[in-house]
Amino acid sequence: MRTIAQPARPGGFREGLSRVVGTRTADWVAKPGGTRLLIVIAFFIVWEVGVRFFGDPLFLSPPSEVLHGFFILLGEPKVIAAVTLTFWEIFIGFLLSVIIGVSIGLPVGLNLFSRRSLFPIILLLYATPQVVFLPLVILYFGIGTASKIAFGVSHGIFPIIVTVVAGVQNLNPTLLTASRSMGASQRQILRWVVFPHMVPSLFTGMRLGMTGVLLGVLLAELYVSSGGIGYYTRLFTDTFAPSKVFALVGVLAVFAVILNELCRRAETHFNRWRG
Amino acid sequence: MKWGGKLVQRLVQLGFLVALLGTWHFMTATGTINPLLLPSVPSVWTKFVQIVSNGEYWPHLKITLYEYLVSMCIFVPSGLTVGYLVSRSRFTVRTFDPLFSGLYAIPQIILLPVYILYFGLGPGSKIAVGATIGFFPVVLNTIAGFSSVDRLYITAAKSMGASGFKMFWSVMVPAAWPVVLTGLRIGLIISFLAILGTETIVSLSGLGHRIVTLAELLNTSLMFAYIIFAVMVAIALNFVVSTAEARGKRH
Repeated sequence: MRTIAQPARPGGFREGLSRVVGTRTADWVAKPGGTRLLIVIAFFIVWEVGVRFFGDPLFLSPPSEVLHGFFILLGEPKVIAAVTLTFWEIFIGFLLSVIIGVSIGLPVGLNLFSRRSLFPIILLLYATPQVVFLPLVILYFGIGTASKIAFGVSHGIFPIIVTVVAGVQNLNPTLLTASRSMGASQRQILRWVVFPHMVPSLFTGMRLGMTGVLLGVLLAELYVSSGGIGYYTRLFTDTFAPSKVFALVGVLAVFAVILNELCRRAETHFNRWRG
Repeated sequence: MKWGGKLVQRLVQLGFLVALLGTWHFMTATGTINPLLLPSVPSVWTKFVQIVSNGEYWPHLKITLYEYLVSMCIFVPSGLTVGYLVSRSRFTVRTFDPLFSGLYAIPQIILLPVYILYFGLGPGSKIAVGATIGFFPVVLNTIAGFSSVDRLYITAAKSMGASGFKMFWSVMVPAAWPVVLTGLRIGLIISFLAILGTETIVSLSGLGHRIVTLAELLNTSLMFAYIIFAVMVAIALNFVVSTAEARGKRH
C-alpha cells in the first residue's frame, strides 16, 4: 500500500503538503483511499456551493437540502411504505430469478446435447432488448406489484442461467466418471460434485442477476407505478421537489451498492475452497 | 454419435421456434386469448411488412438514432480521455478505478427522474441517460487497457529512443486497443438499449415512445410489429458492433 505513495521527490506534492498539514495527514491523503475520499468530499462541496449561489432551486438542490428532504421523507409513512414495497419486489424477483434460473440452467448445462441445442436459444433471448416488451408486461400483469416482479425476473434469470451453464460446463468430466464408477447415485453426484463446482459461478450469476432484477424492477417502477418508489419519484419530479427526488435516488443508490457488495462478499467467500 | 450431431441440434432449435410460433398461432386462432392481449400471427406479420415497406418506422427510428449518435459523441471521447488520463499513473488508477466501478454498480437508470427534471421530456434526457450509461464501460476498460500495458514494451521503446507521441501512438495504443474495444462495444450496445428504454418509460417521440403509444391505444398487432422491428434493430446493431470489434482486434 505504502509503496504507491512514494514519489518523495524534494519539493513534491506530498512534501509540500506535509509542511502545511503535518506528516501524518499528508501520508493519509497521499494514499489512494484518502484521495478518493477527498475527491468525493470536494464533489459535495462544489455541488453545495455551486447550487447555493448559481442554481435554480426548482431544479437543483444542494446536498444539505437533500439530507433535509431525506429526513422529511422518513416522516412520511406513505413514502416509507412505497420504499418497502419496492424492496419486497426486488427481493421476491431475485428469489424467483435464482430458483427459475438454476432449475433451467442445471438441466441445460449438465447434458451435452441439451446444452448445444438449447443454450444458443437462451443466448439469443438474453441478447434481445427486453425494455421494448415493458408495455406488454404491464398489459399482461397490470400496473401493480406483479408486473414489477415479472419484469425483474425476466431481467434477472438470464445472467443466472448463463453462468450456471458455464459453471457446470467447466466441470472436469473425469470427476463425474470417477464418482460414477465408485457407485455414487445421481443425487450424490449433484450434491458432492456438481454443486461445489457450481457455487462460485452461481454467486457470480447471482450478483449479475441482482443487478438485472434491480434494473428490471426500477424500469417497471419508473414506467408506471401505483404505490412503489416510481410513483413518488414521478410525483416529486412533476411537483418540482428536487430535494426529495435526490433523496429517493440516493436511497436507491445506497441500496444498490449494499446489495452488490453483499453478493460480491458471498462470491469471494464461496470461492475460497479452491484455494 | 448421431444423436448429438449438428443437424439434430439445428432441428431442435428450429423445432423450438416452430413450437413457439405454433402455440401462439393456435392460442389466437382458437380464441383462447383475447386478440387485444395477443394478436394473431398473420395480422402481426402483415403489419410488420406494412411498416417496413412504406417506411412508416423512419420518423420514429430517426429520433432514436439521433439521440444515440449524440450520446455516442459525448461518452466515447469523454470516456477515452478520462480513462487515458487516469491510467497515466498507478496512483490515479488506484484512486479513480474503484470510484468508477463503484458508480457502475449502481443502476444508472435511477438518475432518470433527475435528468427529466433538468433536460425535460424530450431527447435531452435520453441523450443524458445514454451518455451516462455508455460512459462507464468505456472509461473502465480504457483504464484497464492502458494501465496493463506490459512494462517491457515501454522500456524497450524508451531504450530505442521513442518520443512521447511515438510512444503513445505506436506502443501504448496498439497494446491497450483490444481491451478498449471491448469497452466500446459494451458501451455502444447498452447505451442504445438505455435510450430505447427511457423512450419507453417517458418521452415525446422515438421508437420506444411509438411502442408505448400503440400499447396505450391497444393497437396490439401494430405494437407487436414495432416490438419485432425494435428487436431486429438491436440485434443488427449488436451484430455490427461485434463484427467491428472482432475486425479491430485482428489487425
